[in-house]
Amino acid sequence: MNSFLMSAGLFLLINLAVGLLRLYRGPGPADRIQALLLFGTTTVAVLLLLAYAEALPALVHVALVFVMLAAIASIAFVQLPHRTGKD
Amino acid sequence: MSTWLAIALILIGCSFFLAGTVGLLRFPDTHSRLHALTKADNLGLGFICAGLAVHDGSLTGTIHLLFVWALAMMAATVSAFLIARWADEEPEH
Repeated sequence: MNSFLMSAGLFLLINLAVGLLRLYRGPGPADRIQALLLFGTTTVAVLLLLAYAEALPALVHVALVFVMLAAIASIAFVQLPHRTGKD
Repeated sequence: MSTWLAIALILIGCSFFLAGTVGLLRFPDTHSRLHALTKADNLGLGFICAGLAVHDGSLTGTIHLLFVWALAMMAATVSAFLIARWADEEPEH
């Protein structure tokens, strides 16, 4: 069971790496922030899997804190003024 | 029996994550991409939490997982709405 949890975590990490493509290619800043949302949720899932694979209950609290990271980052992002399209 | 259920739920969760990532890469428009991303991610996280809760079995662990998932749902909803609105105001470059 532990090895299955570990392999599921690895699969999610590969998922996350593939998400980098959108981060690189994303035409606008809004797409790059979506990659951040994907990273936030995927990292939370990996943390939870690791918490039970290695019997570390503290990791669930880390995941709880990490969930807010993506939300706060996107709230901070929304405050940015729009580019006026000069560059 | 419960381990098989946990494995099945976690597999379903991983498939939703895969759908979310593929959706993020393949969809043409920002809004459709955002739609695919938030739906698939939260469902994926929900199934993984359910699978882990079945695997764990203790009540406190399940409640912790429920908190994580509920917070993730709220956080993703607010973020998706804000980003969609921000993308609307973006001058078409």
